[in-house]
Amino acid sequence: MFYRENGQYKTSYKADQALFPIVQDRIFIALVMAIAFIVIPMFASEYLFRAILIPFLILALAALGLNLLVGYCGQISLGTGAFMMVGAYAAYNLAIRIPELNLLVVFLLAGFITTIVGMVFGIPSLRIKGLYLAVATLAAQFFMDWLFSRVKWFTNESSSGAVSVPEIQLFGFSWNSPVQKYFLVLGIVAVFALIARNLVRSNIGRSWMATRDMDVAAEIIGIRPMYAKLSAFAVSSFFVGVAGALWGFVHLGSWEPAAFDVNRSFTLIFMVIIGGLGSILGSFLGAAFIIFLPIVLNQIPALFGIPISTATAAHLESMIFGALIIFFLIVEPHGLARLWAIAKEKLRLWPFPH
Amino acid sequence: MKLILNICLMLLAASAAFTSAAAFAQANEQFVPALVYRTGPFAPNGVPWANGFVDYLKLVNERDGGINGVKITFEECETGYAADRGVECYERLKGKGPTGAAAFNPLSTGITFALTEKVPADKIPLITMGYGRSESADGNVFKWNFPLMGTYWTAADILVQHVAKAGSLKGKKIALVYHDSPYGKEPIPVLQEHAKKHGFELLTLPVTSPGVEQKATWLQIRQQKPDYVFLWGWGVMNSTAIKEAIAVGYPRLQMYGVWWAGAEPDTQPAEMAAKGYNALALQHGADKVAVHKDMMKHVYDKSKGTGKKEDVGTVLYNRGMLNAMLVVESIRAAQGKYGKKPMTGEQVRWGAENLNVDTARIKALGMDGMMQPLKTTCSDHEGARKARIHTWDGKSWSFTSDWYEADNKMLRPMVEAQARKYAAEKKIEVRDCSKET
Amino acid sequence: MGSFIEVVLGGLMAGLLYSLVALGFVLIFKASGVFNFAQGAMVLLAALAFARFSEVMPMPLAFILAALVMVLVAFMIEKLVLRHLVNQEGIILFLATFGITYFIEGAGQLIFGSDIYRIDLGLPKEPKIILESTFDGGILISIEDLVAAAVAGFLVLLLALFFQKTSTGRALRAVADDHQAAQSIGIPLNRIWVIVWSVSGFVALIAGMIWGSKLGVQFSLALVALKAIPVVILGGFTSVPGAILGGLIIGVGEKLAEVYLGPIIGGGIENWFAYALALMFLLFRPEGLFGERHIDRV
Repeated sequence: MFYRENGQYKTSYKADQALFPIVQDRIFIALVMAIAFIVIPMFASEYLFRAILIPFLILALAALGLNLLVGYCGQISLGTGAFMMVGAYAAYNLAIRIPELNLLVVFLLAGFITTIVGMVFGIPSLRIKGLYLAVATLAAQFFMDWLFSRVKWFTNESSSGAVSVPEIQLFGFSWNSPVQKYFLVLGIVAVFALIARNLVRSNIGRSWMATRDMDVAAEIIGIRPMYAKLSAFAVSSFFVGVAGALWGFVHLGSWEPAAFDVNRSFTLIFMVIIGGLGSILGSFLGAAFIIFLPIVLNQIPALFGIPISTATAAHLESMIFGALIIFFLIVEPHGLARLWAIAKEKLRLWPFPH
Repeated sequence: MKLILNICLMLLAASAAFTSAAAFAQANEQFVPALVYRTGPFAPNGVPWANGFVDYLKLVNERDGGINGVKITFEECETGYAADRGVECYERLKGKGPTGAAAFNPLSTGITFALTEKVPADKIPLITMGYGRSESADGNVFKWNFPLMGTYWTAADILVQHVAKAGSLKGKKIALVYHDSPYGKEPIPVLQEHAKKHGFELLTLPVTSPGVEQKATWLQIRQQKPDYVFLWGWGVMNSTAIKEAIAVGYPRLQMYGVWWAGAEPDTQPAEMAAKGYNALALQHGADKVAVHKDMMKHVYDKSKGTGKKEDVGTVLYNRGMLNAMLVVESIRAAQGKYGKKPMTGEQVRWGAENLNVDTARIKALGMDGMMQPLKTTCSDHEGARKARIHTWDGKSWSFTSDWYEADNKMLRPMVEAQARKYAAEKKIEVRDCSKET
Repeated sequence: MGSFIEVVLGGLMAGLLYSLVALGFVLIFKASGVFNFAQGAMVLLAALAFARFSEVMPMPLAFILAALVMVLVAFMIEKLVLRHLVNQEGIILFLATFGITYFIEGAGQLIFGSDIYRIDLGLPKEPKIILESTFDGGILISIEDLVAAAVAGFLVLLLALFFQKTSTGRALRAVADDHQAAQSIGIPLNRIWVIVWSVSGFVALIAGMIWGSKLGVQFSLALVALKAIPVVILGGFTSVPGAILGGLIIGVGEKLAEVYLGPIIGGGIENWFAYALALMFLLFRPEGLFGERHIDRV
């Protein structure tokens, strides 16, 4: 009843190929955008911005990038943290060494540098696949951990190997209040989500999906697997690199390689799978789930005044988090995005399901 | 399906609740946040520190009725030693209490880096007792950072002084086994400077975090036979290092840990075999003095203690306690200027910058013998640069040296140069302390 | 020369310890197709249980109780997780084991504490120096490592016998080859899973005891899983000898690299070197040293 597309005729190819062909989807997206751009800035607290929304958006961007690789092209990567690290350090070096550069340009260039690195580490995917590849990408993770803590040039010869970045200046303004940072990140993420949405329904996106579903078959129908796989690594790394730069510049401000360690890679792959492989919306839902859940769990005892020690709370948090991951995988292995699709299906038939 | 939707709704409700659950203001209270880690790879060392920290706050409430009548409230937040969790905790706790958080003590170099960027905007001091950025001792640039009682550079300098006392270091070899992170890399510039000055050879051997894999490192040490090994580790890396040293037969007498590598959790796993292992003491060791009696009487006997009774007075417990004491004294100093009411972070910062914990005050605190006088100024945020060595005798730690004072003539220019570089990178203004009152 | 031999020996010993953890991975992957990331958490749990039990009771009893804990864990995992995820893709199962990891880490520390605990197996800690006349400074042998190596070898022998000679072992191999065919001839799949997870829990207990007596029992034991992963991909997910040989290659390779290559490029390289080494092998044999060849049909 609420979500019914009958009566919406597509009379031209243009209408058929629209980004969101169904009116209800367009309304929904417009609503989400309105909430994100207007309602949230009006009501959210500083805590919500700095501790939840900004990290959520940045990690959602990284998850989106990873989803392009894992969900659309079927190449599993456990080295996403490393690519974020490359993006962050690339942006740092660009910003420090060429101070005239506009920060947005810095972020994009950092994305390009990550792209190159990502393609280099994507080369093994031409030979090995599946879990073997997943584990091989861990090599990237540990190598980058080492590289950025060992080569002093990357950290501008700082004695401790940690770096810090200047305040964010863009177009002559400084963007340092939580709301401004939120808008900056939201703007970038929205643009990238749009790009991703268009990419996956283009020629290249379809070649990724063909490779994912069966690479040998894809090759036979004329898709070059090398081109498809490496381009997936490239695009994915670009997204992830920009996310890394944002994480460093906007969220942390100062960091060491440990800020992008192997746990970051693992959380990102959780986000993608819990959210839904091969779904743009899923990347956001997954990121929200993985970020909010521990924080909420962590605050529940304090909220209801249950007197348990910090350690007990932390252990319980870990247990519940683990149990919920398993629970979600059991009830819906295709992720939260699939749940959303089911909900839409229900809404279509409601209230007369037969 | 229903179940999932219900859970989602519950989560939504919960998240809505905690955002609106603003700190309900209660008049005469001072809020002190406690960033702790009681889980994860560094928990064995994080737990006693956290216990000492909150126990001391409890003690001040129970024994003195707060700071000049202002009760202390506190809340722990688990960081797990991770920078992003630390930032979340910081954002969560910074606005609590009627005047906001008094000061943050993250007990993690990584979190310190991230918070250093955030505290100036929120006007909350960041107290990093015995850790953090070494260059933040320069109050001209780092207005909000207080690496009280000693930085890593101070530690490195004192260690070299100590081994140099036993005989000239010319032509000798010193190996630095360090945690491969900013924390472990901090002392390298000072040690290199000393290597030039004293003419010894410095070997730097990094150990990847968390440090459970050190066989190759110690085989290298067996090959190279350095005269001394400096250990710059934390958590499991320390106990592993000591065990590996035993396994390759490196004499423990020639091993010196920094003050983060000299506590019970580090040596206890090896127990008797670790006998003779030395470490710097950040002024205090595993002492038991008057304040511990108070602690027993006012906190533990009323069964309000956080940890186990036996752990009171261990090295890291004492460090947590001293750390809390410095926060409390900063608040007290601020009250001396601004009046006996809850202080804002900005006021506490003034207090931390004008700390004067002299011999009489130490005695009054019941900490006689645990520390040396400490006095901060606008440009010196470290306050004291003294330390001594303590040695593990198989059962407990005991002092084996006199006090040393770090050579500030050599360190200060390095601190200032590094701090100026930071100021240039960050484009922040350097304040002129001679003009401040 | 002496020190070179020492490094190789050290690498072999370290490698055997990795193999112990890797064995757990291989057993489970063989029988249920799950790449069990929780193996590290199981090592931690087993070691914690053993350490805490042995504080209050004699060691053999503690050992039995800890083994029972691991059987219980295996039972729960089968009942609550695996049974519901039959026929899911590998990556989903892999992720589910992350969930298990978090759960076990939380529960283990909640029940047994998150401090550092001692396991004292009474092994001599001081090193022995042999062949002092042949090499300058002699060659260092650690008795503790030798015992660990002997235990690892014995365990492999035991597992080999179990797989080859007992009917349960044969059933396990049948399931590993083709679980549908196995089921159709009447092998109870669920029971087999419980058994294989129990066996790998038992391997985790042995690994936990040895690692625990070397490092002390604390949270970082869970991270040894990350050291065992390159071993598994090098040796092949499905091969027990592969896990052993892979462990030895990784152990020797990374120690040699750290000692001889490390000082030139800055040290601290063994972590990524292990992965790079495994990757190198993979480029030539994409299924690992002893992995089964995979033929795709369209």
